[in-house]
Amino acid sequence: MLNTERKPITGKRVQLMATCLCDAFYDDVAAATVQVLEYLGVEVVFPEGQTCCGQPAFNGGDWTASRKVVRHTVKTFAGEEPVVVPSGSCAAMMFHGTVLEFENEADLGEVEALGRRTWELGDFLVNGLGVKTWPGRFEATVAFHRSCHSRGTNSSSAASTLLGSVAGLKIVEFGEGEQCCGFGGTFSVSFPNISASMGALKLDHIRAVKPDVLVSGDMSCMMHLGGLAKEEGKPIKTRHLAQVLRDALKNGKLI
Amino acid sequence: MRFQQIDQFAAELKADTRAAVYDGSKKGHEKRTKLLFDEYADPDRLRRIAGEVKQHVVENLDTYLPQVEAKLKANGVIVHWAATAEAANQAVLGIMRARGATKMVKAKTMVSEETELAHFLEKHGMEALETDLGEFIVQIDGDHPSHIVKPIIHKNRREIATSFEENGLGAYNDDPQTITRRARHFLRHKYLEADVGLTGANFVSAESGRLVLVTNEGNSRFCLAATKCHIAMVGIEKIVPRDYDLALFLNLLARSGTAQELTVYTEYISGPKSPTQPDGPEEMHVIFVDNGRTEVLASDCRDILRCIRCGACLNVCPVYRQASGHAYRSVYPGPVGAVLSPLMMGDKFPQKADLPKASSLCGACHEVCPVNIPIPDLLLRLRNRAKEENVPSPGTPPMGAWALLASQPTAWRASLFGGKIINYLPTKLLPIPALRAWEAKRSLPAWRGGEFRKWLKTRKGRANVSPPAPSRAEAKKAD
Ligand code: SF4
Repeated sequence: MLNTERKPITGKRVQLMATCLCDAFYDDVAAATVQVLEYLGVEVVFPEGQTCCGQPAFNGGDWTASRKVVRHTVKTFAGEEPVVVPSGSCAAMMFHGTVLEFENEADLGEVEALGRRTWELGDFLVNGLGVKTWPGRFEATVAFHRSCHSRGTNSSSAASTLLGSVAGLKIVEFGEGEQCCGFGGTFSVSFPNISASMGALKLDHIRAVKPDVLVSGDMSCMMHLGGLAKEEGKPIKTRHLAQVLRDALKNGKLI
Repeated sequence: MRFQQIDQFAAELKADTRAAVYDGSKKGHEKRTKLLFDEYADPDRLRRIAGEVKQHVVENLDTYLPQVEAKLKANGVIVHWAATAEAANQAVLGIMRARGATKMVKAKTMVSEETELAHFLEKHGMEALETDLGEFIVQIDGDHPSHIVKPIIHKNRREIATSFEENGLGAYNDDPQTITRRARHFLRHKYLEADVGLTGANFVSAESGRLVLVTNEGNSRFCLAATKCHIAMVGIEKIVPRDYDLALFLNLLARSGTAQELTVYTEYISGPKSPTQPDGPEEMHVIFVDNGRTEVLASDCRDILRCIRCGACLNVCPVYRQASGHAYRSVYPGPVGAVLSPLMMGDKFPQKADLPKASSLCGACHEVCPVNIPIPDLLLRLRNRAKEENVPSPGTPPMGAWALLASQPTAWRASLFGGKIINYLPTKLLPIPALRAWEAKRSLPAWRGGEFRKWLKTRKGRANVSPPAPSRAEAKKAD
């Protein structure tokens, strides 16, 4: 079972782990994360030295390379504050993956300690800060894609709680929601045919319920699904949970 | 070869086969979920308890195996130990020869698939007939099972009708009832002619020495009713501590495997027929088969030995649904097979080191497994093992350069701003072949390296003050 136990929140300061994907492609997602947290009066610190959570190599089987990056990450996120990351996948890497690859390492303790204070954004808002409803307005029919790395965690239910409470926002369920979108990290390039077929199935299910926008807590899934849809010539609009929450605030003139 | 073998296999799979596998496994999965969640408030709790019981057995096999042996002997069963597939097959052959037997009827057992028993016996002049309908069809087709519970999930009924016709089992007719009737008719005579009945065992109770067998066709009962000698081939991990535990395991097995509350037939076999019983085998043998299991036990993936062969992880697996069981080149396909099959290769592990890569690590298998095996963790461990043993892995981007960069913040930032990071970012972006593989199927979003860091530094204000967010056009570009 996943260890979803977290250190209780004290104080209103967090460190932001922006993720390498947002650093490289999705700057607005990272910015929205900051805006959402700051709206709640949380001070956001961005450790400049951050790079990546180490998952790509972990997932690809090169644990030596991954541990090198994780050790860097542990150093970068020194301190006691909660670490908030707009990705269920990177969060799971910090509290589950790293523990697996450091099983026989002397510094397992430090790695575990970082894991226990790392939160996926939605989980942090709902279960860390106790936010249960979200103000503002977002007029749209939303399909929410639960990313696989948030299985067994509180992230999907947190996202549903938040999205479900936004005025104007309607969540539509789609078929086989428990199935993977086919991204899978290195899997997406070493098994491109299966990966794309899985994505096509997911897109069929999503399109069938005609949402205005597809929302997820993980940009990796969105990059894969959005990229596939665009390649098919039938693009879909994708948004991160943080962007929807931020836009709701803006629409409600709350920020 | 550009991509992984399993990916290639999936790409070339006949549309018919893919549809049959996809529909069959999807249906199986959905019925299972409904049955479990409609009837139990917390099925996950059952899975966890069952997992702990089986883990306990796996970690205490050295105590349980002698205990089971003593019980079986006391029950009048002759016990054999087979370290390898070959030894297991030889044991069966030896028993048959000693009895002057030439004909065997077989119930479905995965261990005998491992040892390729039927082929082995045929080579030695014996007849070994599969009596499970699916296995029977596979046998007359010269095919292999592609699923551990539904061996012919990859076939549609038109294919089956054709092979019946080709094998002299009546003119083409693809009505499932007719197919079943014809097979039944053919098999009835065979049961009566056979000398030996072979089965596996789903569970063996250490407490009583009882073998428990589940089927839906009743064929194993026919095998035992009509023959004088019963041989059971059993993997050494099949033990449960007490008869009491069977309540949990039988419930979970049927629900997870075939979405039934209980299988149609559940047999408890405590030994050869007693003097007061009119029928049944007068001689009973149990062959405990290792065939690589102790090696699995010694590894850091021993949790996989909890497996009760229900097939739920195959049914839910999106990769299995696309690739079909044959893609795995193993007796055990799907998630369980991706762990078990390479491990059972022993020092030939590299030959199947690609199997653990055939997963998006979505974790659906772990979520459904009745004994709660953390399959994704085990797949990851095996990926790491393959890397440490330097097994080549087509399509997997090398990570060395990325790791170097990702542990040096200055270099990371510089390449981020310069866009050069595209040469180093792993997953989809590293290196050029991976980039091509990504773009062959999906378009890449616009490069926005370093934009967030710039925004953080240049924006005005802090909490509760609206910072200058990216303009609409920019936000669009970022999609
Ligand atoms: S690993 Fe679990 S889900 Fe898969 S066949 Fe074995 S018991 Fe069933």
